[in-house]
Amino acid sequence: MDSNPDLIHGTEKAAACQMPSADAYVVHHITNLRLPKGADSMDPMVWHVDTMIVSWVLGLFFLGFLYLAARRATAGVPGKLQNFVEMLVDFVDNSVKESFHGPRNFVGPLALTIFGVVFLWNLMDLVPVDYVPYALCEVFGVPYFRIVPSADINAPFGLSLTVLALIIIYSIKGKGFAGYGKELFTHPFGGNPLLWIPNFLLNIVELIAKPVSLAMRLFGNLYAAELIFVLIALLPWWIQFIPGGAWAIFHILVVPLQAFIFMTLTIVYLSLAYEEH
Amino acid sequence: MLPSIWTLIGQAGTFLVFIWAVMKFVWPPMTQAMEERRQKIAEGLAQSEEAEQALDRARAEAEDVIRQARQKAGEIIDQAGKRGTQIVEQAKEEALSERDRQVAAAEAEIRLATNQAREALRERLAELAVAGASRVIEKEIDAKAHRDMLDKLAAEL
Repeated sequence: MDSNPDLIHGTEKAAACQMPSADAYVVHHITNLRLPKGADSMDPMVWHVDTMIVSWVLGLFFLGFLYLAARRATAGVPGKLQNFVEMLVDFVDNSVKESFHGPRNFVGPLALTIFGVVFLWNLMDLVPVDYVPYALCEVFGVPYFRIVPSADINAPFGLSLTVLALIIIYSIKGKGFAGYGKELFTHPFGGNPLLWIPNFLLNIVELIAKPVSLAMRLFGNLYAAELIFVLIALLPWWIQFIPGGAWAIFHILVVPLQAFIFMTLTIVYLSLAYEEH
Repeated sequence: MLPSIWTLIGQAGTFLVFIWAVMKFVWPPMTQAMEERRQKIAEGLAQSEEAEQALDRARAEAEDVIRQARQKAGEIIDQAGKRGTQIVEQAKEEALSERDRQVAAAEAEIRLATNQAREALRERLAELAVAGASRVIEKEIDAKAHRDMLDKLAAEL
């Protein structure tokens, strides 16, 4: 991916904004804006600045949106904004109510945040693929810019690692330190000391599988979706609206569905963690 | 060289199709659901308001009825009191007139009895006088012949 250094740090601005070939174009689209300059993508200390900026902006937008609705909220007939937010909150609260039977004062807002944030991340996929990176390159000389945070594995993993931490916290909260420890060593095969190690290993695998599957599902869906938009952009311009349009319409399903799946699985995992077996 | 003005236009076409689909298939049911929800809330609030007003009205009405009943009860008590004194007064009057009547009757009876007694006495006296006189003159006096004189005598008594 990084074989051609000219691709990453264009020798000239104009050359950096336009790709000489189709494969260079595709590679350009799946390369994040990295700091420090020249860092390898596998470097653990690398910063994906584009993902961070976009997710911050979207997060602040979501917060501001909800804050505006909450500040203007009345007990009377709701305005359009309040009505929309109330419907959203109702929908999320009902989803939480169905699968989580403990106190909802933290899990409810958590689910709402996850749904809103993942939805907005995914929605960025519908912005025409070249517009933002090309404009930023031409105007500010930014060599790379990916605007779909969920198509960068780091963002879904950031979210799902938070969920992992919450799973552990809720396990301890629901079963106590000793109860959770006992469960780790005696489930699912039984309490025979010979089985402690296999039980524990299996439980750790199960625990790790949860955030990995959460993150990979979201990342895989949106990465593939983004790539297909990039490939469609390689077609002749007059035909693009047919496959592109179909793919975009399919996104009406994918965008909320992936957000909903992430939210629902988070709730289910927390519910499993919290409840006694 | 990519991206070119043509890829940008092609992507705009894709985006337009998406916007069209949203406008056609997503937006109307969503706005409709939202409008329905709004309407339902508005109706619910209006109904509760109406119910509150009805309650207020009913409460005022009840107060009115109670006040009227109280007033009427007072009137009835007053009337009953009046009627009671009236009855007592009437009874008193009746008793008095009865007493007067009975007293008068008794007096009349007494008068009658007195007269009768006096009459009887008078007659008895006349007889006694005749008997006495006849004893004095040792001779029967013709009662008939002396009737007038004897009656005169008796009347003098």
